Amino acid sequence: AEGSGAMGGSASLIPQDLLGEYQELTFLSKQEILLAYKRFSELLPKEERENACAARVPKSQILTLPELRANPFQHRICHVFSTSETGDDSMSFEDFLDMLSVFSDSATTDIKSHYAFRIFDFDNDGILDRRDLEKLVNCLTGQGEESRLSSAEMEQLIQNILEESDIDKDGTINLSEFQHVVSRSPDFARCGGLQR
Amino acid sequence: DGSDDNEEGSAAENEETAKGTDKGKKRATPRTRRAPARGRDRHGDEEDEDDEDGKRRTGHRRHRSRRRGRAAGNEASDSDMEPAKARKNQANQKSKEDDEEEEDEKGGKSGKGKSEKKGDKKSDKKGKKEKANKKKKDKKKSGSGSDSESEEEPITEEELAKLKEEVEEKKKLIATLRNKPWKMKKKLSVLKEAQLFVEKFEGALGKGKGKKFYAYKVMMTKKWMKFQRDFENFKTACIPWEMKIKEIESHFGSSVASYFIFLRWMYGINMILFGLTFGLVMVPEALMGKPYGSLPRKTVPRAEEATAMNFATLWDFSGFAQYSVLFYGYYNNQRTIGWLKFRMPLSYFLVGVGSIGYSFMIVTRTMAKNANDDGGGDDTSFNFSWKMFTSWDYLIGNPETADNKFASITTSFKEAIVEEQESRKEENIHLTRFLRVLANFLALCTLAGSGYLIFFVVRRSQQFALEGLENYGWWERNEVNTVMSLLGMFCPTLFDVISSLENYHPRIALRWQLGRIFALFLGNLYTFIIALMDEINLKARYFLPFTLEEEKIVKYNMTIWEASLYNGTIPENSTAPPIQVDPADVPRGPCWETMVGQEFVRLTVSDMMTTYITILIGDFLRAVFVRFFNYCWCWDLEYGFPSYSEFDISGNVLGLIFNQGMIWMGSFYAPCLPAINVFRLHTSMYLQCWAVMCCNVPQERVFKASRSNNFYMAMLLFILFLSTLPAVYTIVSIPPSFDCGPFSGKTRMFEVISETLEHDFPSWFGKVFGYASNPGLILPFILLMVLSIYYLNATSKSYKEANLELKKKLQ
Repeated sequence: AEGSGAMGGSASLIPQDLLGEYQELTFLSKQEILLAYKRFSELLPKEERENACAARVPKSQILTLPELRANPFQHRICHVFSTSETGDDSMSFEDFLDMLSVFSDSATTDIKSHYAFRIFDFDNDGILDRRDLEKLVNCLTGQGEESRLSSAEMEQLIQNILEESDIDKDGTINLSEFQHVVSRSPDFARCGGLQR
Repeated sequence: DGSDDNEEGSAAENEETAKGTDKGKKRATPRTRRAPARGRDRHGDEEDEDDEDGKRRTGHRRHRSRRRGRAAGNEASDSDMEPAKARKNQANQKSKEDDEEEEDEKGGKSGKGKSEKKGDKKSDKKGKKEKANKKKKDKKKSGSGSDSESEEEPITEEELAKLKEEVEEKKKLIATLRNKPWKMKKKLSVLKEAQLFVEKFEGALGKGKGKKFYAYKVMMTKKWMKFQRDFENFKTACIPWEMKIKEIESHFGSSVASYFIFLRWMYGINMILFGLTFGLVMVPEALMGKPYGSLPRKTVPRAEEATAMNFATLWDFSGFAQYSVLFYGYYNNQRTIGWLKFRMPLSYFLVGVGSIGYSFMIVTRTMAKNANDDGGGDDTSFNFSWKMFTSWDYLIGNPETADNKFASITTSFKEAIVEEQESRKEENIHLTRFLRVLANFLALCTLAGSGYLIFFVVRRSQQFALEGLENYGWWERNEVNTVMSLLGMFCPTLFDVISSLENYHPRIALRWQLGRIFALFLGNLYTFIIALMDEINLKARYFLPFTLEEEKIVKYNMTIWEASLYNGTIPENSTAPPIQVDPADVPRGPCWETMVGQEFVRLTVSDMMTTYITILIGDFLRAVFVRFFNYCWCWDLEYGFPSYSEFDISGNVLGLIFNQGMIWMGSFYAPCLPAINVFRLHTSMYLQCWAVMCCNVPQERVFKASRSNNFYMAMLLFILFLSTLPAVYTIVSIPPSFDCGPFSGKTRMFEVISETLEHDFPSWFGKVFGYASNPGLILPFILLMVLSIYYLNATSKSYKEANLELKKKLQ
């Protein structure tokens, strides 16, 4: 929502060679990286802004970004992209860039589906089983009581999904089955893109 | 994953370090570091080991210094190495997988090129292969015996090729690095390694023949890649309105934003059309053609001079606006103009045809690209999974829209479940059917009614024109445009009401709605054209027997004038110097092309005005009313009756498409049309962006834009095709006016082509063209094209079937 696009100031804060490397390693353009840097440093308290490249932003701050604020998967996204050793889901600037790169328009469906799988995998066990799917549906239908599905509907829905996507019929969806389903969807490629 | 790989990596590490230190002890020569360097290879993939990087770098530096000394192994060791190398190569080939596992290829001895193994250890398989290959390498190393003074040996072709291959692989790795689902730190370290390797050994590859050329080539490639990257950045920065659109996307979802993206794309097309008409038609005529006032066709007639500069006349595009480069009639039919010998009539013709050709090409190309993105999708096989995994619109950043989106997702889930569970029992099929037939009948009546109304109004306006427009007020003058715009505004609402009779599934109802609106606009446009053409034909038929007479009469009048100035008899073949007759006084012939052009321009302008006024009144005033009168009103205005308006995507898109159709139809007769349209789209973008953010609320049913894209493109293509038909018809069968325009004096407009062939091309060209346009040649060509279309269609069908078969097998 800020979108002022002023990159002049922040350009001096990322060293040029690092900028070039980030361009190589992500799907973002130079302007996008600089804008991301600006947004990221705004999340930090004033005294840490000089050294934004090395700082970590706590999860609560990240969730104030408008793109994540309204997103039902906000916690999972923070968790998946965070490299924090303490498990508090804080994000460094490089994690932030990773996240933006995956959600950008030019990212391939391969990498998007890989990360989508990890986001949807609520219990981090590498497969999507019934409980993951239930939690997923509940996230999608919102918080209100009247918008949630009844347990019969939920059962039916999950049954249908497993019928469609579970190729080896083991009752769970693994990464390759997920990628197989999702790569055929015409809508998937349009997931995401941080607002400038 | 990470922990597994670390484990493996460290195991490999230990193994290698052990061997490495062994080897190190064996070779107490400057080449000692080769082995430890090899050992260090395994560290390549570790994430947090900065000291590894340091070591590797020093290793690399030593490599470089070694190579400077032209390391060369002795022949014996080299020949030993060859079979080992060959084996190693094979191993390399086998181990090459998607992730471009790199192997150390050059065995110890030669030292000409040390390829570092940068395998990524994400999978067990790769790790094991690493171990296997390492073992092979170690065997080779131990088998190789003494160190070779490889620095001094010339690099053989084979090794050069292998080295090149390695470098290429590294480069490929760098290029695909962003596609790997690793953490940034790991990617950074792998990138640095790979880059250093490539840097080092690209230099080495330069030794041997063509070294300078190779180094030059490498430098050029690097510069080229940098240039490409900068150009991409520049291109992204050049895209206009990106921020605005992203903001809208975040508030309203991707479907509303898709309208603005479509608008922006149209703007691009219109800019190009504008460039063509402005640069190749209007500017040459303005700069090099005869100036205003020099010819009768370029001057305002004496009778109209008094009012020529009035704002009302100019707004109506008569007066000075009519007699300018903006319209067809101004252009002179001289074959070449100016010192550049610019062929004006030819340019006019080619720009007209070229704009249509360009539009066709770009619309078809966009359709093909969209079809590709769709992936030839079949809708049905993954209905639920797609709803589940892909229905969230990640572009939404606004809680209110998010709530709406949640609600719509829930509804769609429930609907899908219900549909899946039971087949809808048709209660009272007959009633539904009757209602649907009734609804269609009503829609047809509306369409017919609107068509007749337009026809009637156009006829009336021609009558007014005949009787002189001064006698009538504003309404009569602008009747046609206003009626068309009003019809375009109210009939779709009528269709909406009718469709409530039909009781269809919302998706199907939307399609019916779009189809009806499409038919409405099309019918209106074509009725308008037909009425105009009728009018022209009427005039032509009426005047044609008299046109030649009229021509003669006009010319006779002219000679009489000249004679009256001589005070003598009428000279038949006068050789007297031409008398300066003021062009404003010369009697004029009719100019139907300018008239048609004017009609289109007026239509476009009134359409633009209507849209803007609708936005201001329908959206803005309504929002102001609801907001401020809510306090003192009986019921809640915001939830109840007027409430805030939603952004009508399909209505706006269709309006845009039809407006473009009008531009395509009219730009041949009025070169100023693309310019006017560019202005219109530009202001439209700003006005609508502001209006959407300020006055509209997100829709109840927030749905994604994806599927509809090709539908709108298909409509655009259809409209394009239909718009070019009238222009083509007039080019081919109606004679141009004799007194105005670049084609005056010819019997048909396309004769300008044959004229050009005669005069400007060598004679053999004309002969070739003559042969080529022989029907005997054209018919087989058409036949060939039809056959190839059939063939391509058949192949594509067979591919689709093969696809289905494979899909079934997967299940």
